[in-house]
Amino acid sequence: MNIIVLVKQVPDTTEVKLDPKTGNLIREGIESIINPDDVHALEAAIDLKESHGGKITVLSMGPPQAIDAISEAMGMGADEGILLSDRAFAGADTWATSTTLGKAIEKVENYDLVLCGRQAIDGDTAQIGPQVAEYLNLPQVSYAYDIEKVTKKSMVVKRRLEDGFEKILCPLPAVLTVIGDMNRPRYPHVARLIDACGEKAKIKIWNTADIGAQTRDVGLEGSLTHVIKTFAPKFKRQGEMLQGDTETIVEELVGKLKENMLI
Amino acid sequence: MTVWVEVDLCNGCKRCVKTCPYGAVEVVDGKAHILDNCTSCGACIQACKPHALQTDVEPRKIPDFSDRKGIWVFAEQRDGVLTPVSLELLGKAQELAGDLGQGVSAVLLGYKVSDLCGKLGEYGADNVYLVEHRALKDYRTIAYAKAIEELVMAFKPNILLMGATHIGRDLAPRVSRRVGVGLTADCTDLSIDPEEKILLQTRPAFGGNVMATIANRYSRPQMATVRPGVMEVNRKAEKKTKIIKQRISLTEKEIGTKVLEVVREKKRGVKLDQAKVIVAGGRGVGSHEEMKALFSLAGTLEGEVAGTRIIVEEGWLPVEQQVGQTGQTVRPELYIACGISGAIQHRAGMLGSRYVIAINSDERAPIFGVADWGVVGDLHEVVPALTRKIKASKKKQGK
Repeated sequence: MNIIVLVKQVPDTTEVKLDPKTGNLIREGIESIINPDDVHALEAAIDLKESHGGKITVLSMGPPQAIDAISEAMGMGADEGILLSDRAFAGADTWATSTTLGKAIEKVENYDLVLCGRQAIDGDTAQIGPQVAEYLNLPQVSYAYDIEKVTKKSMVVKRRLEDGFEKILCPLPAVLTVIGDMNRPRYPHVARLIDACGEKAKIKIWNTADIGAQTRDVGLEGSLTHVIKTFAPKFKRQGEMLQGDTETIVEELVGKLKENMLI
Repeated sequence: MTVWVEVDLCNGCKRCVKTCPYGAVEVVDGKAHILDNCTSCGACIQACKPHALQTDVEPRKIPDFSDRKGIWVFAEQRDGVLTPVSLELLGKAQELAGDLGQGVSAVLLGYKVSDLCGKLGEYGADNVYLVEHRALKDYRTIAYAKAIEELVMAFKPNILLMGATHIGRDLAPRVSRRVGVGLTADCTDLSIDPEEKILLQTRPAFGGNVMATIANRYSRPQMATVRPGVMEVNRKAEKKTKIIKQRISLTEKEIGTKVLEVVREKKRGVKLDQAKVIVAGGRGVGSHEEMKALFSLAGTLEGEVAGTRIIVEEGWLPVEQQVGQTGQTVRPELYIACGISGAIQHRAGMLGSRYVIAINSDERAPIFGVADWGVVGDLHEVVPALTRKIKASKKKQGK
C-alpha cells in the first residue's frame, strides 16, 4: 500500500504572543514542530506499511526550513519526502493550499491512500484534508481514529462523532484525516534521522513550475479569502475583586448571585 | 510582484506596521522596511498616507455578484433531530439579513425530515430548501456535497453558513472546493461591512492568541463555519415559511462510502453547551479527590462540572467536559472558575459566559481579567464555604 502523508510544520502555539505595540505576531525564538495531528497520521501510515508493505511519501508545503519536518517524518519511518517551497506559495489560504497540495499529489504516481492530520494547531481550520479530497475527486473520512479490514480496494474506518462514532466502508484510494485517538506515535529512530538529514536523503524540493501550476493559482494570488486585520482578543468584564475573610467574601458572592437572579 | 518603499516619501508614521497582517513591515531609523515574509497583499499601500509604499501588483478585480442574494444556513440533522448550532445560525442569519435587506433560508437534507421545516421557520428561516432522498438518510460527505452544490448552482445564495460540528467541518470544505469558493473556519463573530456589504468573518487563530477578520471578496457564496454555542437563537412568534423542494439523483457508485454502523456512546449525559451553570476546575484543584468539592457546588447550583485541558489529561474528567480551544465552547449564565489560571486557550472557550466568578490563589492569574467577581484565596476553603452558603440561602427561600 503506497501512502502519501501530508504534514505541516507549525510554531508551538502555546508560545505564540502578540507584540503589544504593533499587534503583530512575535515569531522569533519559537520552536517549530510537526503539527501534532499529522504525527498521528504518520504513525498510522507506518503502521499500515508494517502490516501491508508499500511506500510512504511525506509531502509538506512551507518555507525552506520546513525540510526539518520532512526529515523528522523520515526518521519515524517515511521513505521519501517532497517539500513544496516557493516564494509564490506564501500567504496561501486553504483554497490555494489545497490546489498546491492537490497538484503535487497528482505528480506522485500510484498511491492508494492520502493521510493527514485533522487540523493544524496554528490555523485550526480542518479544511485541507476535505479540500484536497475534493480536488482529487476522492472519497474522504475525517476525524478517523481506527482503521480495520484493509483490502486492496477498501478499508473500514471508524470516524469520531460528538456523541459516539460511525463505521464507514471507504473505497480506495481515499483521503483520511486523523485525530489523536488513532495511535501513540513512535519517536524518530536516530540512525534514520541522521540519514534523513544527510545529503543523500530522498527529499525533493518542488516549486510552482514543478507541480505544473501558475503563480496565479497559488499563494496569496491564488487565494479566495484574505485576512483584513488581526488583533489581540479583548475582554470586557466587571473585574471586581472581593476582599475580606472567606465568610465575608462568600456572603458577598451569594449577594451578587441573588442580585443577578443567578440563584 | 513586490512592494517597495520610496524612502524620500516615508515619514516613519508606522501605519503600515500596524496594518500589515503578516508582520512584514518594520520601521528602522524613521523609515519603513519591507521584510522577507511580505506576501504583496497590498494592505499597507492603502494605509500609507504619503504614498511611500508602492507596488507593481495589479489590484485584483472583484467580480460582479449583484445577482447573489440570500443568507443560507445548513440545517444539520441526525436521525431527525436538528443540531442546536443550526438554530443558533438562523439567529445570526436574521441579523445579517437585516443589514443586507435579504432573506434567510435553511437547507435541509435527509430522508423523511420534512416535519422539521416548521421548526426552522420558527427560528428564523423565510424559506426552507428541502432535499429528501433515501441516500441522504445518514450523513455521507459526497451525497450531501452534491445536494448542496446543486442548490447553490440553481439558487445562487450570497452567504452560506454551517455549524463547525464534526459533520459541518467535513462537509463545508468539500462543498467550498466543489462550488469554487473560499471558506473561513470556526468563526466566533460575523458581521456585514457597512460600505462593501461583504461578510466579515472573525475567528481565533494561533490557539486563540490572535483574532483575525477575514473577507471572501472573490467568490460566492461567502462560506463560513461557526462554532457551536457562540451565536444566540432568535425565536420568532409566527412566521410563514416557504418550502422549496428540490429533486436529486444520487447513485451509490458516485457516493462511494457506506455507513456500516452508527454508535451513540452512552455518557453521563453531561451537556456543557446547554448548561446554565458550569463549575470548572484547573490545575489549582490539586487532585482527583478534591474535584468532589466542585461537584458538590455544581450540584447545589444544578449545574455541570467542566475542566481545563490539564484536568482532562490528568484523567479527572472525561474529554467531553473540557472547555477551551481544543475542547468545547460554552456560554452558561454563570461560570465559576476554580484554580484556573486562565490561559488564552481556556478563555477562548468560556468568554461567552454571562457572569464569571474566578477563585484562584494567585492574584496575577489572567483569569481575573475576564471575571466579573474575583476571589484571591484557597479554593479548598472558598468552594465548600460557598456551597454551604448557597444551600443555606436556598433553604431560607424555601427551595
